[in-house]
This record gives sequence, C-alpha cells and structure tokens, in this order.
Amino acid sequence: MQARKIVLPGEFLGETRSLKAGRGTFIEHGKIYAMILGIFERRGKLVQVIPIKGRYEPVEGDFVIGIIEEAMPSSWLVDINAPYPALLHVSETPWDIEFGDTEKYLKTGDSIMAKVLFIDVEKKLQLTLNDRNLYRIRGGHIIEVEPSKVPRIIGKKGSMINLIKRYTRCRIIVGQNGRIWLDGDDKSIAKVLMAIKLIEEESVSYGLTNKVENLLKMMT
Amino acid sequence: MKLIDEEGRRLDGRRFDELRKIKIEAGVLHRAEGSCYLEWGGNKVVAAVYGPREAVPRHTQDPVKAVVNARYNMAAFSVDDRKKPGPDRRSREISKVTSEALERVIITDLFPRASIDVNIEILDAEAGTRCAGLTAAAVALADAGIPMRDIPVACAAGKIGAEVVDGEVKGGYVVLDLGKDEDNYGNADLPIAIAPRTDEILLLQMDGHLTYEEFEQALDLAMKGCHIVSKLQREALLNKYRPDLEENL
Repeated sequence: MQARKIVLPGEFLGETRSLKAGRGTFIEHGKIYAMILGIFERRGKLVQVIPIKGRYEPVEGDFVIGIIEEAMPSSWLVDINAPYPALLHVSETPWDIEFGDTEKYLKTGDSIMAKVLFIDVEKKLQLTLNDRNLYRIRGGHIIEVEPSKVPRIIGKKGSMINLIKRYTRCRIIVGQNGRIWLDGDDKSIAKVLMAIKLIEEESVSYGLTNKVENLLKMMT
Repeated sequence: MKLIDEEGRRLDGRRFDELRKIKIEAGVLHRAEGSCYLEWGGNKVVAAVYGPREAVPRHTQDPVKAVVNARYNMAAFSVDDRKKPGPDRRSREISKVTSEALERVIITDLFPRASIDVNIEILDAEAGTRCAGLTAAAVALADAGIPMRDIPVACAAGKIGAEVVDGEVKGGYVVLDLGKDEDNYGNADLPIAIAPRTDEILLLQMDGHLTYEEFEQALDLAMKGCHIVSKLQREALLNKYRPDLEENL
C-alpha cells in the first residue's frame, strides 16, 4: 500500500488538465494546490486533502450534537462547534411553545441531538429537531474529538462504532461535529474513552479496527 | 562601533548572507486551535490562532469574508528596560501590517462574518521581532488548519558599517537579518514578508536610508533569507504531524 503523504498549504498537487480538484484544494493558473494542512489523497482523477485539524464544517443534513448557548423569545442559539452559532427556531421543534416560553423547554447549557436544516450563502445555520431520533439529551456524558476524526470513529458503514458498542455495551451516539454522547456504567465508559483515544492518536494508520478490537479484548 | 570587519565578519561572527539560529516548533499550546513557538537568535515568540469564529462585536463583521485580526504584543520582560504593558503606537502598527500580510494568503471568503484571531506574544526581543512574529503566526495558522494559498514567511535585510565623511555617506555593507547592535547602530533595516511560492511581497517596510542599488540588493538578500526560513517552517509542521504517519505504515 502506498504511504499517505502530509501536504502543507500552497503545495503543488497537479495540473487541472489531467486531474480534478477536490476538497481542501484550490486552483491557480490551471494548477491545483493544497489549501490546508492535511493528508493527500488521490482517487482516480480526483485529488483532495483530508484535514487533520480544524473546525467542523457544517453540511446540510448532518447529524450534530449541540449545546444551547442562549434562549431567545422564539428561538435558541446553539453551539455546534462550527465557526458560527446555529439557530433553532421553535417551529423546528416537536413542541407547541408559547412566545417567550422557550426557556421552559431548553435552557442554556442543555444538549440536543439535532440535524442541520440548511446553510445560506452568509453561512447562517439553522437546525431542526423535527426528525427521528432528535431530542433533548438527558444524562450520559459528552466528549469532544477533532471533527476530522469522526469518519474513523464511525468506520466503514459503522464498523468501528459497532465494534466498540459490542464490547462495552455502552450507548454511543456520534455527532458529525466531533461531539460524542456516551451512556453506560463507569467501567465501560472508561473503555470507550480508551478506544476513542487510540483512534484519535492513530487515525492515519491501517488496520485500526483490529488494533481497537485487541485493545477492547485486553480490557475485558 | 565597528559592526563589520574588512573580511566581512560581523559582530557575532556571521557572514553578510547568514541568518541567526532559528528553531521552530508547531502545535505547542493545547487551548488554541493552532500554535507555534519560535526562537530566532535571541528572539522568543509564541503565536496562537483562534477561529474562524463569529466576529464580535458585530459591526466588525464582513458579510462576504472573514476578517484577520493579528495582535502583536511584547511582554513586559521582553526588553532591557521594562516595557509598559498594553498596546502602543509601535505594536499597533505591527499588528496592522501583520494582519494585512496574513490576510493576503488566507482564503477569507470561505468564512463570511467570521474572524480569525492571531495572537503574537514576544517573550524575548532582540531585533527583528516583527519578522519572527509573522513567521510564527504563519506556522500557527497552518497548524490550526486554516485554508491558505501559501505559508507566508518574513525576513529582514539591512545596511551596516557606513561612515559619514563631510556629510557624505561612504561604504557600508548590505547584510541579511540584522542583530540587536546592527539594528541600533546600523544604517538601514528592510523587513519584508513574502508568499514563497509566488514571491509575492506581503509586507515591506524600511527604516533608514539605502540607495536604489542597495535597496535592490537588500530586497534580493531578504528574499533569499525568506526562502531559507520557509524551509524551516515546513519542516516544523511536518515534524509535528509526520511521526504518527510513519509509525503506522
């Protein structure tokens, strides 16, 4: 297998004549350059740079875990770890709320499972609670990881997260914004934390699922 | 004071085209999104990057792009006589020119209404802190995963050793990266910042007098210096992120 390469902003990746510029790249005078520090990836003609660090970039339809920042008369401001706070309007909740009664349902510091409803050109974000499995979080713990590591924690078709769930019998929900909700007894939570730490540290290595499985086996 | 001898040796033994010793380390702070520690001769600089995040107060927001706020600050203990804390005319100017230089390479239109805040703290100063600060800020920005067209880099050149005879300036050498005494008793200082991929000039200031030919020479020399420092910046970033790659191959 070929080595994964780290590229830096401004690094030359190829010509637009033969390649297609993907995420994390920009084009200048027919040449493709890396825009961010990250891991270089080439799939067929598409070249892209996968970020190692950086803020969560919201995408419509993403499932995220948010923390209420402020309750306003008919909406809430929610921190979803993106560059901008997101807006949750009362009409996007399953409850029937009187004007000004928002605090009775969600107050500052509460956590919610939400979905990104839409993003406009000014990057104004709106969330919704009107969907399956979206609700106010009660109990459990929330931890934060680098948003760029979320795909590794979930694994291919949920392989990694299901593995962890199987070994620890914790309830785990991963938000695309790098927040993870955990619920279970203290011992199993400690195990999950160890597994996630391993994934974070070795997110660029191959055969990670096996390594995590070994770690979880060792602890049981 | 004799700043340079007949053989072209300077006070600290460097030749005309030699830099001071530079050490760069990326990702040294845990709370900031990106950070860098840099030692450049006797200068010690920490740079930290926060954002992109929504700009506050609101009137500072730009609806089509992010604003870049660099804040250059000298620690009270960074100079011989205690520096009075807080922004002064000099640090305001450096903050402004640094912000503008960084703004040229950051792809700001990806983050409308946001601000990208860069804090540059000078812990120890020994001439050339604005170049050291900008160089550290650039590494911190890359470390924070901020989209950029290039990693900017700064370096200075200057002129030392000229004598004034009957009101006329005689002699003098154009040298790279002025040290403390060279800066204080020299004839001119020319700090520049460039985007090394295209050699675009992001910052150019001059203190003192140079003839046109000397200016060209100094600019050329400073550019060369920038490219050397640029390599060190890249190494620092790769050193931070490469190890966990190689270990796991």
